[in-house]
Formats: sequence, structure tokens, C-alpha cells
Amino acid sequence: MAERRTWADRRHHWDVKLSPFGFVSPYFLIFGVFGLFPLLYTGWVSLQDRNLLDAEGAEFVGFANYDQLLFHDPYFWNAMGNTVSLWLLTTIPQILFALGVAHLLNRRLRGRTLFRMGMILPNITSVAAVTIIFAQLFGRDFGLVNWVLSWFGAGQIDWQAGTASSHTAIAAMVVWRWTGYHALIFLASMQAIPSSMYEAATLDGARSWQQFWRITVPLLRPQIIFSTVIATTGNMRLLAEPLLFNPGTAAATGGSDRQFQTAALYLYEQGFTKYDFGYSSAIALVLAVATMLVAGVSYLVTRRIQTE
Amino acid sequence: MTSVLTPAPPVGDRARPPGRARRLARRIASPWTYAALIAILAGSAFPVYWSLVVSSQTPEAVGSVPPVLVPGGHLFANIARVFDETDFALALGNSLIVAGTITVSVVLFSTLAGFAFAKLRFRGRTALLLVVIATQAIPTELGVVPLYMMMADFGWAGELQAVIVPGLVTAFGVFFMRQYFERALPLELLEAGRMDGCGTLRLFWHVALPTARPAAAVLGLFTFMQAWNDFFWPLVVLVPENPTVQTALSTLASGYTTDYTLVLTAATIGTVPVLLVFLLFGRQIVGGIMQGALKG
Repeated sequence: MAERRTWADRRHHWDVKLSPFGFVSPYFLIFGVFGLFPLLYTGWVSLQDRNLLDAEGAEFVGFANYDQLLFHDPYFWNAMGNTVSLWLLTTIPQILFALGVAHLLNRRLRGRTLFRMGMILPNITSVAAVTIIFAQLFGRDFGLVNWVLSWFGAGQIDWQAGTASSHTAIAAMVVWRWTGYHALIFLASMQAIPSSMYEAATLDGARSWQQFWRITVPLLRPQIIFSTVIATTGNMRLLAEPLLFNPGTAAATGGSDRQFQTAALYLYEQGFTKYDFGYSSAIALVLAVATMLVAGVSYLVTRRIQTE
Repeated sequence: MTSVLTPAPPVGDRARPPGRARRLARRIASPWTYAALIAILAGSAFPVYWSLVVSSQTPEAVGSVPPVLVPGGHLFANIARVFDETDFALALGNSLIVAGTITVSVVLFSTLAGFAFAKLRFRGRTALLLVVIATQAIPTELGVVPLYMMMADFGWAGELQAVIVPGLVTAFGVFFMRQYFERALPLELLEAGRMDGCGTLRLFWHVALPTARPAAAVLGLFTFMQAWNDFFWPLVVLVPENPTVQTALSTLASGYTTDYTLVLTAATIGTVPVLLVFLLFGRQIVGGIMQGALKG
């Protein structure tokens, strides 16, 4: 069969061999240049003393940025503390509320689509708009939240001023925005649980509450792990919420006393208000490592949900 | 771990009552369930509603105690004020250009790559797909400083292309379309096309692309909403004179004294496009999330 191939054959051969690469190359080219390269280059920049305004004066300083950051910078540790506090205040309520909402939606309901769309409405609004709206709601003098609290005799809370109060307000925005999203993920899995399991449990005398904790939650373990890890990686790098909660001159510091400055916001402050690119890159890498650690811990914790 | 590729065996098949009976077995919602759900729904919608209330009041009314809780008659006056006193028209145009370009590009390139990964054979396919999946998990914040340096080098800092170009492809889009093609496009159809002498590009255009329409639509909706709502990178790379809607909002909110009527009117206007998309395609969006296929 060693005949000479025709032109059409050869063209077909090259088409089959090369076209796939042509099809995937736009993704890899653009991602390589604007996604992967900056990620890798961050490591190199973090070893430099480098300022935006003086690119020629970049100087290799080894691990000096990391030394400064980890051992001599109280602002960084303050920001990490706020990050962890906000992570706890957002992630745990988010998952628990989502389980509850999904449980309610997992019934025979009229107007299912309306309810489901309503739950996801917060998630489609922009973080900038949401934060500005919430900042207004949590205003000290004319805010709706303080007005409602005044019915119960609570004083005028200056939400931005304190650590606990500002974290509560920011957590409220995040929880409001993401609960419905996780609820729908849980709902999809709940609907796959055969109702015979609940019938059997009812015959055995298990109450609704017991059925929820003994059947529903354990069977949802994979989705709970997924949601917790996704929420953790998102909540460990909160930036827009603290930045816009107190807009104005003190925005990048997260309040006058840095009471709600997160690590991501500190990265922004160092990089884009002080143009200290080397230091900012070091923060980025430390934050990435911290996020992986915390996500790993969340994974291990949620994996322990009982299966029997 | 069970393989994702093998269909799960039917669980408790014998015990399960058939069709209709099984559906009836799911507990019927009590009035309490409705009450709770309506309360949650009200909570979900309230901040958006509130933003509308403030946009339709005068600044004086917003500063009153007790606060006004129903919309007033000043919406159009406030909208006019937003466009007179700020560059919000420019911001809306910019956001439309950015989100529109990114959506078209992500859908096109994701469909191309997804098709290749699902249905074509080539060297290194599995390894490359693993790269795509792995890159989904990487937070973009990590690379903002070098990315900004690149944009400054290109002379793009402050320009729209600095926002558009890095968004032209997403790992998520590629993976999403690949999953879809894997299920929805039978190999026989492609082989038939080959028999008829179609080249790969024509196969893509005439066979794959029509099949991809539903998935491409969902991907497009989500990409548009995400690009429209994106905040951090535009904030870093753009200048206040050339904003997107989201960075314009942040500039508006950071005046020395915040004119909340003006800011929330702008926020309301900026939410309208995604709200429209949501009202038109809410069912598909909810469906996409419930498949666990989409991340916000």
C-alpha cells in the first residue's frame, strides 16, 4: 500500500493532526500570558524591593520582604486576624443557613421557580452595589438597622467604628450574598435522596429534626465539603466589602484603626496606594499559602461529618 | 472514590414507589414553610428594594427618622442627576463594551477548546485538560501586581483593553463546554460528517456549534454577569476618568460626604442590566447552579 497519497489525503491527515491544537491554542496562549505568567512572576517580584514609580530601581533583596512581613509588621498580623475572624463569621453561618433554606425548599411547593430565583437574587447583584447599599443600611445616624434596633432599646451603634460591630456588618453582606447559592447546590443533592429513606425513618419513629441531622446532612457530605472549601477560598480574600464599607480617605486601611482591614485589602493598600510592589507580592503569596492551609483544615473538618 | 464516569447503580430501586407515588411522598409544604420562605424571600429582595426606595426619594427624605420605606416620586429626577453630575454614561458604555467583548470571546474560545478536548484526539490531551482544571482553582488576586506591571509596560494601564484581554478566556468555560460536549454530541454524528468530507473546522461550525447552543447560552449569561460585576481588577488598572460601572460606584461612594441618593440611584441603574438578564433567563441560571456546574 505504499502508493503516493493524493493531495486531499494529505490535507485531511494534517487537518486531523493539527486542528485540535489550533482549537485549544487561544485558551493556552491568552491564559499563559495573562494568567500563568503573572502568577509565577509574583514569586520573583516578592524577592525585590520594587516600586511602581521607580521600575529601574528594582533591587533584589532576597527574603527581606518576608522577614519584614512575618516578623516586624503588626499591621499584617492585624489584617490576618481580621481575615480569620471574617472567615469564621461568614463561612459557618453561610453553610448552616443554606442547609436550612434548602431543607425548606425541598418540599412540594407552589411557585418553586419564584422561590429559587428569589434565593439567588442576592448572588447576581454586584459586590460594589451590595456593599454600598449595606453601608447605608448600617449607617450610624439614619441607618435602617439602627432604627430597627432602637425598638428594642439598643443604642445607636456606630457599625464602622468597632471591631466586632464592623465584622458583623461585613459578615452580614457576605452571608446575604452567598447563602442562596449554596442552598441551591444543597437542594439539588437533597432531591436525589430517595424518599423511601425518610419513610423508613418515619416508621422507626424518627422526628423531622432527627431525620434532617441523621439522614439529610450525612448524605449531603460531598456538597457540604465542596461548599465549605469554595466559601473558604472566597472569604479568605475579602476585599471589596471592607474597601467599600467605609469609603473615603481611610478606605484602603479598612477603617480608622484598621479594625476591618483584611489581608487582601492590605495587599491592595501596599501595592496600589503605596506602590510597594515587592512587599505587596510577598503578601499575595503568604495569603495564598494561608488560604490553602485554612481550606485544608475546613476540608478535614467537614470530612468528619458522620456517614452512618 | 467512585468514578464519575460510571453511572451510579439505582439506589433502593425495589423499595422506591414508581413515578407519581414517589413524588407525592415528598412532604407537602405546610403554611409554616411558606411563611418562612416568604420571609427569606423578603430578606433576599430587601436590599435591592431598598436601593430602589432611596433612588426615588429626595436626599432630605432619606435622612429622616423614621426612614421612608416606600418608593417616592423622584426616581427620574435622581436618574437625571446621576447622568448630569457624573460620567455614568461613559461608565455604562465601558461596562457594556467590556462585558460584551468578554462574553463573546469566552463563549467562542471555550466552545472551540471544549469541543477539541471532548471529541478530538491529539497528543497531550489528558495532560492539557488537567492543566485547565488545575488553573480553575488559582485566585487571580495572587498575580495582580505583575499583571499591572505588564499592563503599564504595554501602555494599557487605564485603558479598557487592560480589563478585557485577561478576561478573554476562562478555564471554567473550557471545562464547562467540554463536559457538555462529552454528553451531548454523539461521535456517530461527527463520523458521518467526516464521511461527507467535512474538515475539522466545518465539523465544528456545522455540527458541534449548533449542538452547543443551550450550554453556550448559559455560559454566556454567567460570563456576562460576572464581567459586568467584576470589581477588583478594574479598580486596580483603570483610572477614575475611564471607569466601568463598578469602579464608578466606588468613586461616587468615596466622596467626603456621601450623597446616598445619588450613589444608590447609580447602583440601581448599574444593577438593571444583570437584573434584566436574570428576569429573562432566571430559570436557566438556577438550573445551572443546581447542576453544581457554575460558580459565582
